Amino acid sequence: MIQEKLGVAATGEGAALAVTVPAAQWLTAARLAREALGCVYFNFSTAVDWKDEGLEVLARVENLDAPFALTLRTRLGAGVTACASLTSVWRGADWMERECYDMFGIRFEGHPDLRRILLPQDWEGHPLLKSYAVDTPHPPYR
Amino acid sequence: MEVKGPVPQIPPAVWTEFKDLQEWEKHRQQRPEGDKHSALFEAVTDGIYNFPGGFVVTSLADGFLNWARKSSVWPVTFGLACCAIEMMATFASRFDVERLGMVPWASPRHSDLMIVSGTVTIKMAPMLKRIYDQMPDPKWVVSMGSCANSGGPFRHGYHVVKGVDRVVPVDVYVPGCPPPPESLLNGLLILQDQISHFRQSGKRPAPSAKID
Repeated sequence: MIQEKLGVAATGEGAALAVTVPAAQWLTAARLAREALGCVYFNFSTAVDWKDEGLEVLARVENLDAPFALTLRTRLGAGVTACASLTSVWRGADWMERECYDMFGIRFEGHPDLRRILLPQDWEGHPLLKSYAVDTPHPPYR
Repeated sequence: MEVKGPVPQIPPAVWTEFKDLQEWEKHRQQRPEGDKHSALFEAVTDGIYNFPGGFVVTSLADGFLNWARKSSVWPVTFGLACCAIEMMATFASRFDVERLGMVPWASPRHSDLMIVSGTVTIKMAPMLKRIYDQMPDPKWVVSMGSCANSGGPFRHGYHVVKGVDRVVPVDVYVPGCPPPPESLLNGLLILQDQISHFRQSGKRPAPSAKID
């Protein structure tokens, strides 16, 4: 059914599937997962920095009754930091996307309150990017 | 061939603009003498010390004051990470630091000792400094565990202060990850030993030979 609606095949077997969708279809796929597949539980969202190939955003959502879990992935492409926000589908995505912005600098469009969540508000840079140097100093304490 | 170390690219220190802390630092910088005694007090104590036989009086007074200080070192309950569990165990009945005169106290205003028990993150460092500044003099700091000593396993992480001695002056370092209560107790005993050799001049005492 995922293949019919989105045009991409899901990988995996049994009760845990993964699907890679184009970035333009990110929100559509999320709505499909929620409404058609009953995945009402937003487990987590994070990102992967693939250096030259750009960032990959992923979100794992679950249908707790089935039980069934779906991992949504999307590649943003090289140099792109904008991604659709899933907060309109799952309210639980709010803080996860704030953390994702904090660590990777992904700007989620449509997010109601996109601030840093873990690091101080005036932190410079996004530390989980591969381009962030290991021993970047932060005066005066380091 | 000359080998040069990497030059750190230091971002502007915007995040230090905590109002109270800055006021305090400015206040400290205006008094380069720090918290030394007044000139009159210095003159009187020097006079007594240089009077024939007067050193006996000052030594006795020093000894008495140091005995009083070391017998009521109140640590502020300041748990930061997993080391705090071991610190609690040290405070509890089995190891019982109260027999050494230490009462864990939940206010920096009444405390003499801060046990930095755990990882100090860059976000936490200004708060730690503020608590240290709120404690009355004379005050001591015990750095407990690898993280507080040097950053420990998180030394190369992006968010960890590489040793709490970059934030506050430390008197005793207790190694371990985490240090068991026996280690911390040993550190506290060494601290008491240091306090008992405290001099009126306000200088930190030289480390004693009694370190394990």
